[in-house]
Amino acid sequence: MPTDQHVLPETDLIIPACHKEEEEEYEVVYHKPATLVDANMHYCPGCAHSLVHKLIMEVVEELNIQDKTVGVAPVGCSVFAYDYMDIDMQEAAHGRACAVATGIKRLMPDKYVFTYQGDGDLAAIGIAETLHAINRGENILIVFMNNAVYGMTSGQMAPTTLAGMHTTTSPDGRDVSFYGAPIKVAELMANLPGSFYVTRQAVNSANAVRKTRKALMNAFKYQQLHKGTCLVEIIGNCPSNWKMTPVEAVKFIDEEMVKTFPLGDIKVPNTEDLKIF
Amino acid sequence: MSEFKLMKGNEAMAEAAILAGCDAYFGYPITPQSEVLEYLAREMPKHNRIVMQAESEVASINMVYGAAGAGFRAMTSSSSPGISLMQEGISYIAGAELPCLIVNVNRAGPGLGTIQPGQGDYFQSTKGGGHGDYKMIVLAPASVQEMADFVFLGFDLADKYRNPVLMLSDGAIGQMMEKVQFKPYTRPETDKSSWATTGKPRTRNRNYITSLHILPEKMEIHNLKLEEKFKKIRENEVRLEEMNTADAEYLFVAYGLSARICQKAMDIAREKGIRIGLLRPITLYPYPYRRLLELAGQVKMMLSVELNSGQMVEDVRLAVEGKVPVEFYGRMGGMMPTPEEIVHHLETLIQYHHAN
Repeated sequence: MPTDQHVLPETDLIIPACHKEEEEEYEVVYHKPATLVDANMHYCPGCAHSLVHKLIMEVVEELNIQDKTVGVAPVGCSVFAYDYMDIDMQEAAHGRACAVATGIKRLMPDKYVFTYQGDGDLAAIGIAETLHAINRGENILIVFMNNAVYGMTSGQMAPTTLAGMHTTTSPDGRDVSFYGAPIKVAELMANLPGSFYVTRQAVNSANAVRKTRKALMNAFKYQQLHKGTCLVEIIGNCPSNWKMTPVEAVKFIDEEMVKTFPLGDIKVPNTEDLKIF
Repeated sequence: MSEFKLMKGNEAMAEAAILAGCDAYFGYPITPQSEVLEYLAREMPKHNRIVMQAESEVASINMVYGAAGAGFRAMTSSSSPGISLMQEGISYIAGAELPCLIVNVNRAGPGLGTIQPGQGDYFQSTKGGGHGDYKMIVLAPASVQEMADFVFLGFDLADKYRNPVLMLSDGAIGQMMEKVQFKPYTRPETDKSSWATTGKPRTRNRNYITSLHILPEKMEIHNLKLEEKFKKIRENEVRLEEMNTADAEYLFVAYGLSARICQKAMDIAREKGIRIGLLRPITLYPYPYRRLLELAGQVKMMLSVELNSGQMVEDVRLAVEGKVPVEFYGRMGGMMPTPEEIVHHLETLIQYHHAN
C-alpha cells in the first residue's frame, strides 16, 4: 500500500475549536479580523507580510474605520495587498506610493490613508517621493517593510541590504566602499520636522508582534491629529531570499539585522500633542 | 455670456480649470508653462481647491493618480521634458482607467532643447508615450480661447471614457495674449461610486485602483476592454476644423500654432490664385483619417506643416492611402515659419508636381 507521509493520521487532524453544537461553551478570545479578506495569501512560508497585513487589518477593525481608510499598495511582494485587505486601495507605480497617498489625503483629509512599501520601493526608487511627503508632513501613515532585499524579483540587493550581506546582485557580499552603507530610513526621516512619529519594529516573536501592533494602532490614531507623517518601519523576515529556514530567519533578525537597524521608537510625539486621547 | 478678457493661454487654461470644477492641481515649474501653477497657487485656495507644487513631475502625475483614483477632478500641466518624466504615471493612469487632464505646453527638443514653441511631442502624445498599449484623447488648441474651452471638454471626455486626456498646446499659444470668453458650463453627471476609493462602507465591495493583471488571460481581457474603449473614442470623438475646403485643389494639414500660420498662408496663396484649403485636426487622437481620405479624392496635393521634423505627416500619409502626394514642411528648434515662407514652399511643390 502506498504511503504518503504528508497525510496526517486521522487522530492528528485539528478539530475546529468552535464546533457548532458546542459553540456556547467556548469564549472567543481571538478571531481573524473581518477586514482581512478570506483568501490564500501568495506569500512564502515564514514571510512577514501576511502577519503585518493582518495587524493592519486588526487595527482598522478595532478602530472601526474600514469606511474611512484608503490604502496604497506598492510594487514588490506586497503588490497584491489589495487582494487581502478588505478596504479601498490604490496600486501605485514602483516607488510612487507616497505621492499617490498625498493625492488621496489632500482631497480627503478626514480619511485614514496609509502606504505599504518595501525597501526597494520606498528607499531606492521612491526615496524622493517618500522624503518630500514626510517633509510636507503629509498626514499619512507609511508602513515600511524592510527585509534588506528585493523580494519579488527574487533576492537582489536593496538600499537596506546589510554590509557584507550576500544577495544575487552582491554575490560577494555588499561592499560598502562600492555601494555605500545600508540606509537607515527611520533615523533619516525622523530628522525631518514633518515626521510626527517614527518607530522601528519587527514581527519575529510574539512580543515583537505585540509591539508592532501597538505602533500601528498609535500611528493610525495619530492621523486624527493632523500633525504630520507617521513612519512605522518593520524589519521583515524573508527566509526565501535570505536562503534560510523560517526559524533561521527569525534568529537572523535578532542576531544580525538589529545591529544595523536597532528596534524601538525613534521619534515620539510630545505628551501635549496626545492630550486628546 | 460672460465678457471677453485679455489673457495668456496658460492663465486662461488655469482659470478654466477652476470654472470646470477641477478639485486638485499638482504641478512643477517649467518654462513655458509656469504661469499655470502660479495662477492656481494664487486662485485655487480662494475656491477651497487643492493646489500643490510637487517635488517633481514624477510626483505630480502620481498625485493626480491618487486624487483621480479617489474620484476627484484632477489635473497637471507641464512642458516637454516634464511630460517625458510623467510618461510612467500616464501609462499607469491609462491602465487603471483614471480620468484626468494633462496639459503639455510643448517646447522644442530633444533633451533640454529650448523654451521656444515646438510640436516635436506629436508622436509621444498620440502614439502612447509611455509603455504598453494605451491611447490618450489628445486635444490640440490653436488659440487662447481653445486653451480655455478644451479644459472643460477635456475633463468631460476624461470622465466619459475613464481615460486620461492630454491637451497638446505649445509655448506660443501658452504665452500669447488673446481675447477669451468663459462660456457657461454645466458639468455632466458622472457616477464614480463603483470604482473610486473613498473608503469602503459595509454595503459595497471594496474598490481598488490598479493596472496590474498578473494572469495573461486576464491581462488580455483588460487590453481588449481598453481597445474597445479606444475604438468607441475613434468612432465618436474625432474633431476637426475645415477652411476653404469646398473648392480646394490643395490642402494644408496643420494643428495648433502651425494651423494659425497656415491660415494666413492660405489667404496669401488664395490671393495669388492658388485654391488651397486647410484641415486642422482638433483631436490628434482620434485622428481625422476618414475626412482626409475623402479630401484625397478631391485635392491634388496635401502639405503637412509642423514645428518638427515631420511627425503628423505620417498620419496624413496613412489617411490618404497613397491617393495623393503628401508633402511636408517644418521648422524646428523653436523657429517658426512665416506665412510667406510656407507659400513659397507650396508654390515650389505645385510646380514640381505639375512638371512630374
